[in-house]
Formats: sequence, C-alpha cells, structure tokens
Amino acid sequence: MRNITKVFGDIVANDSVTLDIYRGEILSLLGENGSGKTTLMNMLSGIYFPDGGEILINGEPVMISSPREAFDHGIGMIHQHFKLVDVFTAAENIVLGLEEKGKLDMDKAEKKIRDICEMYGFDVDPKQKIYNMSVSQKQTVEIVKVLYRGAEILILDEPTAVLTPQETDKLFAVLRNMKEDGKTVVIITHKLHEVLAISDRVAVLRKGKFVGDMITAETNEQEMTNMMVGRQVELNIDRPDPVDPKPRVVVEHLTVKGPDGVMKLEDVSFTANTGEILGIAGISGCGQKELLESIAGLQRVERGTIQYIHDDGKSEGLIGKDPLQIAEIGVSLSFVPEDRLGMGLVGSMDLTDNMMLRSFRRGRSMFTDRKTPKALAEKVVDELEVNTPSVSTEVRKLSGGNVQKVLVGREIASAPTVLLSAYAVRGLDINSSYTIYDLLNQQKAKGVAVIYVGEDLDVLLELCDRILVLCGGKVSGLLDGRGADKREVGMMMTKLGGGTNNEQTS
Amino acid sequence: MFDLVAFIPRAIIQGMPLLFGCTGETISEKAGSLNLGIPGVMYVGAMCGVIGAFFYERSCAGEPLNAFLAIMIPFMSCLIGSLLMGLLFSVLTVTLRANQNVVGLAMTTFGVGFGNFFGGSLMKLTGSSVPSIALSKTSIIFSKSLPFAKDLGWFGKIFLSYGFMTYLAIIIAIITAYVLKRTRVGLHLRAVGENPATADAAGIDVNKYKYFAICIGCMIAGLGGLFYVMDYASGVWSNDAFGDRGWLAIALVIFTLWKPNIAIFGSILFGGLYIMHLFIPGAGMAVKELYKMLPYVVTILVLIITSMRRKREHQPPESLGLPYFREDR
Repeated sequence: MRNITKVFGDIVANDSVTLDIYRGEILSLLGENGSGKTTLMNMLSGIYFPDGGEILINGEPVMISSPREAFDHGIGMIHQHFKLVDVFTAAENIVLGLEEKGKLDMDKAEKKIRDICEMYGFDVDPKQKIYNMSVSQKQTVEIVKVLYRGAEILILDEPTAVLTPQETDKLFAVLRNMKEDGKTVVIITHKLHEVLAISDRVAVLRKGKFVGDMITAETNEQEMTNMMVGRQVELNIDRPDPVDPKPRVVVEHLTVKGPDGVMKLEDVSFTANTGEILGIAGISGCGQKELLESIAGLQRVERGTIQYIHDDGKSEGLIGKDPLQIAEIGVSLSFVPEDRLGMGLVGSMDLTDNMMLRSFRRGRSMFTDRKTPKALAEKVVDELEVNTPSVSTEVRKLSGGNVQKVLVGREIASAPTVLLSAYAVRGLDINSSYTIYDLLNQQKAKGVAVIYVGEDLDVLLELCDRILVLCGGKVSGLLDGRGADKREVGMMMTKLGGGTNNEQTS
Repeated sequence: MFDLVAFIPRAIIQGMPLLFGCTGETISEKAGSLNLGIPGVMYVGAMCGVIGAFFYERSCAGEPLNAFLAIMIPFMSCLIGSLLMGLLFSVLTVTLRANQNVVGLAMTTFGVGFGNFFGGSLMKLTGSSVPSIALSKTSIIFSKSLPFAKDLGWFGKIFLSYGFMTYLAIIIAIITAYVLKRTRVGLHLRAVGENPATADAAGIDVNKYKYFAICIGCMIAGLGGLFYVMDYASGVWSNDAFGDRGWLAIALVIFTLWKPNIAIFGSILFGGLYIMHLFIPGAGMAVKELYKMLPYVVTILVLIITSMRRKREHQPPESLGLPYFREDR
C-alpha cells in the first residue's frame, strides 16, 4: 500500500500511509482508536475506495473497488462486527456471494466446509443457524468463509475483543496453523500482549499516519505503546486501597427472566461498597447487562431485592422505581453495550446535545440551557482527549473510542454515588483505556461505588478490588481482586464454581 | 346452504390479483424494499393493459381479434407500465435513498390517479354515456378456459374453469418460492434484504439486486391489475373499482410470512373472506363491509401469533425499509 489517503467529511482517516505486508507472516497492525487501522484495511478488502495512493499486490498495481475484487486477489477480511446473516445457516453464509457455475449445491458446500474445518481445527456445524451461535462460533464461521474463498491474505479486525482467554488461545492456534500453511495474516489490535503472543512483525499507526514497523521479537510493550501514543505512557493500572468501604448497594436473590422466559439471572446476591471498584466478569451474555439494568431500573425483576443505602444508613429499595427516580438518588448508569449509540448517546446529535440529554430537565424557563452543556462538552473533549473537529460534530461521525469517552465523560460529570459501567473500554486503545481507568479510580477515591463489567481479565484483575464472576446468570464466585488468578477466573466463567475443565489442556 | 362448488372458484378468481400483488411485493421485500406503491403499480398495470387493449380493439374495428395479439398487446403494455413504476421506485429509494414509505405512498396516490385519469380519457374517446370501458372481446380471450372443463363436473369447475392468468399466477408464485429458497440468486437476494452490509462484503451488488427485485416485483404485481380488469371484471374498467386490493396484497405478504408458496393458499383464503358476505344468507349491505375486514383481522391475528412465537424465520427481512449506503459510518 503506497501513500494511501482516505477522507470522511472533515476527518482524515488515513494520511498517505505506506505499508508492506509480506507473504507467510503474521503482521499486527497496532494503533489507538480512530488511528485509521480499520479504515486502512477496509480499503484493502474493497469496502472503501482510497481517495489517494495505490495498492500493489506482488508488485502489480491493482484497483480494489469491491469486496469481490478483493477476494479475486486472495484478500479476505473478518470484520469486528460480523458480517453474517442471522437467519441463514453457517453454510449459507459461507457460500453467500460466490458466483460458482451451476446449481446451488448445499451438500457439496457443507462437505467442503467440513474439510476446511478439519484441516485447520475449527469446530463448525454448517447447518446451524447463526442466531443460535455464540460470538466465538460466529467468528469461526467468518474465518471459514474467508478460507472457503481461497483467501491467501486474512485480515482480522480486533478478533479477540469478544473472546474469553481460552477462546483466544484457540484462535491463535488456528492462526498459527494458517501461517504454516503459507497464508498471510494481518491482525488489527490494540492489545499489546496479543501482539507479542502472535505476530512476527508489528506496524504502528497514529492519527491516520504510519509511524513505523518492527520485528515483534525485537521490541517490547513500552516501546510499542510509546509509538502508538507518541509519548511516554505509564503502563501500570493504579489500584489505590479502598477508603472506608461501606455497603452502598445490596442486591439479594435477584432473579430476572428474559423476554423469551429464559432465566437471565438466578438468585444473584452481592454488595457494592463505597470507595471500591467491584468487577463483574463473565462470558458475554451471562446476565451482566440484566444485572446493571436491574439496578438502573430498566429491567423487570422477577424476584429479589436491591437496596440502596444512604450515607446516613437509611436504606431504600430500588425495584419498582423508574430510571429517572433512581438517577435522582445518584445511581448513574454508563452502560456501553455492543452498540454504543444504542442506549447511551444519540448518534445524529452533536456532542453538546448529547450532554443535554442528562441535564435538560434542570432548567426553569421553557427554553433549554445550552451554555452549560456546551461547556461540559468542551471540558470532556479537553480532559479525555476526544478526537473531534468540534463539539458540534455529530457523535456517530466519531470513532468508537471517542464515542465512548464522550459517554463516560458525561456520566461522570453528573456526580453519581454509584457508577455502573459496562464494557467501558471495549474497543478503546491503551491510552484512552488508561484515561478511563484513571477516571474510575478518581470516582472510587471520591467514595463512589463503582461496578465495572469488563471483558479483559487482565484489566479486571489489576483494576478491581473485588471480582464477582457470573456464569450463566448465576454467581460463580466472588474473589478478591488482589491475588486472584487469571486461569482460575477463566474457569469460573465457563463453569459454575470453577473446578476442572477438560478444555484446560487444549 | 353454503354452495362450496360455486364459492371456491369465486374465491380463487378473487384471490388471484392478490397473489400477483403478493408475489411481487414479497420479491421486493425480500430484497429489503418495502414497496407501498404496489396498489398504485397494480392500478397502472391495469390501466396500461386497458389502454393497449382499447386501441387494439379499435384498430380492428369490428373484425375478429387475433388471439395472440389480443393477449400480447395488453400484456406487454401492462409490463412496461409496471416496469416504469418499478424503475421510478428504485431510482428514488435505492439510488437517491429516499424514504421508502413516503415514495411508496406517493406512488400509490399517483398510480390510482393515473388509472382514473386515463380511465376518464378513454371514456371520453368512446363517447358512451356509461362511466366505464368495456373490452369484452379481449376479456373473452383472456378468460377462456379449457374447452373440456365444463364436462368434468365439480372437478372441472373448481380446478379448470379459469383463464390462463390464474395458472400463470400460481406458476409465478411457485417459481418465486423455489428461486428464493433454493437458488444462489435467491440466497443473495435474501441476504440483501436481511443484511445489505454483509451482502456487500460478500461481493454481492446490493443495488443491482434491489433494482431487479423491485422492478420484477412491480411487473408481477402489475399483472395482478391486468388480471383484475381482463378476467375478473370481464374487461370492464370503471374508475376506483379495483378498490383496496393492493393493500390486501401487502397484508397478504405479512400473512404468508414472506412465502409465495403459502401465498397461493393465502390469496384464495383472502379472496374467500373478501366475498364471504355474498354467500352468507341474509348478509345485507350493512354487514358487507364488516366481512370485507376479515382479511385484515386475520392478518393482525397472524402478526400477533408470530410476534408471540418469536421465531426468527418468521420475522420480516431485517433491513426492510432501510436504505443502504456503503460508506455510512
């Protein structure tokens, strides 16, 4: 790729990037959020078309104007948000878009899929419907899809963001098999330990520009971080001791049923203390969302109690109150679901307006006060280093990480006593993640009870004072964050109470 | 006594315009385009057919019609008219990404007006005092049934007493069902309707599929209008006579859960419900309109039941009604 440039409106996503990818290597593409990693790779896979520059494959300049042409050149991309049709089976998704001669023969396709699975060690049932699959199964389907098309270059966009440690190990094993088979793998990531674990070479992007590349074996986390961020960054997460912890939210026997009658939470009890970060670990979809929503008043609760304990020791039940009443007590929900713009922010409104969503009820006159929210927006942009042209930019035009900063910034600004945060750093780069951790720690120091649902176990173990592990909607264990073991937590996530698990050896 | 042998053919012939409309709309919706212009398209299709037949009958001036031309001329004019409507909808909603609901409703209003306007013009040309155009010669050719059907008693009456377009409707529905379910084109089309970004990433030309689905859907739906005038109404066009059958066709799409093969029976059921009042003794004008509501009531019931069962296969195509723009972030 030579001098690639791509512009979205006012935002320059890639600014003359030149990148070489060699045959048979695993290359990590490293960069902060909004640094243009995904955009760059989307141009290689034909989703976007570069505004400037050229792409050469084996020395020949090529035009890749559609994903199909990318396939013709042997390039396949596995996107962060899976491109799968939910109501189709795995096999139907895999053959989708292929223009083979003759009749559509699903049996033949299914056989070929089984062959590929056997060759690289995948576990896919071609007849299973996508909506019945777990996240890691969906990802596997995506990879098989690309291989089915005979791709020589595989691009994976943050493949581990949604996987448990065990699933990640499995994925990496498969990637190594592919490399041995002579395939080229590009993995987009911002997790440094993964770069070290899997890749041969690492290329770094910063703010749309190519910063440099290195042989992975010759570098270290600190050097990569500095290149990514452009300055010296401290890599340890602080964990100050909790100051004077007192129970703030007491949850007892909480039971929640999903809309289809499936138990989402079963008999969950725990206490969140002031001045403490309570981590919640679990495979995605194990009831984390329902738990937080129950506390914030967004979820119908089947059974159980949630008590909020005021500073003076008086307690108040939260069940049955609507979100506004709960928010007035001081419970603040900064929920960041997979779809960031779904629950927290309105994508087509600008930063200021999104700040106003929290404060518009406060004014006395019939006109809303725009000055305070604007000041708040500017403060958030300033303090959290949100990368945006201005506070009047529509939120959906920002990259994922920046959207997240805006959301977390706003929630913290409302001075909560309980801060519920889910996947607060999902998709965030190191620098932004650390900013968020710092913010959470500041809140903790102020005596706020922080409940932190996270997926990166390393972070949970380093950041949280206590960790509640959920498994299938039940409490699998409650550990002290200090001294907890990653493998142990991983086991508890997959099996109630941990214990032996056959998959451990694989 | 309820006369089943008389009722079923009436129900079938009543249902066929709906089947055409429903099959057309299903193709369009499976590609993610909610074409609410179908009622208008059916009007336009009918009117174009009427215009074609009208001038052909005139040019023959008393001489017997050539059966082939008498069918092909209205048929082709109908297809061209509906195709133009389909192109209009495609250009507006796919290329220019206008709101599908708004465009669809506008097209329905336009189509009804188009039909009535030219209906009025043709009436002027004939100079007759009756507010309708009779194309009985063409209609006889259109509704000609197999000669031996009469000799087969109730069997012939129920299965063989129809003009060729009835069988055409059923054949089109079966072919559509097969294409959607079993072929590569159908798989791609459904992918476009479910998740265009995925289809795009898989190398499918989303816009091309949408254009073809909308245009072919409109052409099939237009035939429903032609069938109505030439076969059902015995070649008599009167303004607004087509009524709300277009909406019924759209309701039928939901009722049949986007499956044209089910639509064959669904359309006959709807047709039956629509004319039920004629066969219930003592049902006067007052309750007639209540009976006409039955198809909609049934559709609502189906919607309630399928929503309660929450089976993913029974839901509408996921991106139905949404425009697709590749570089939208």
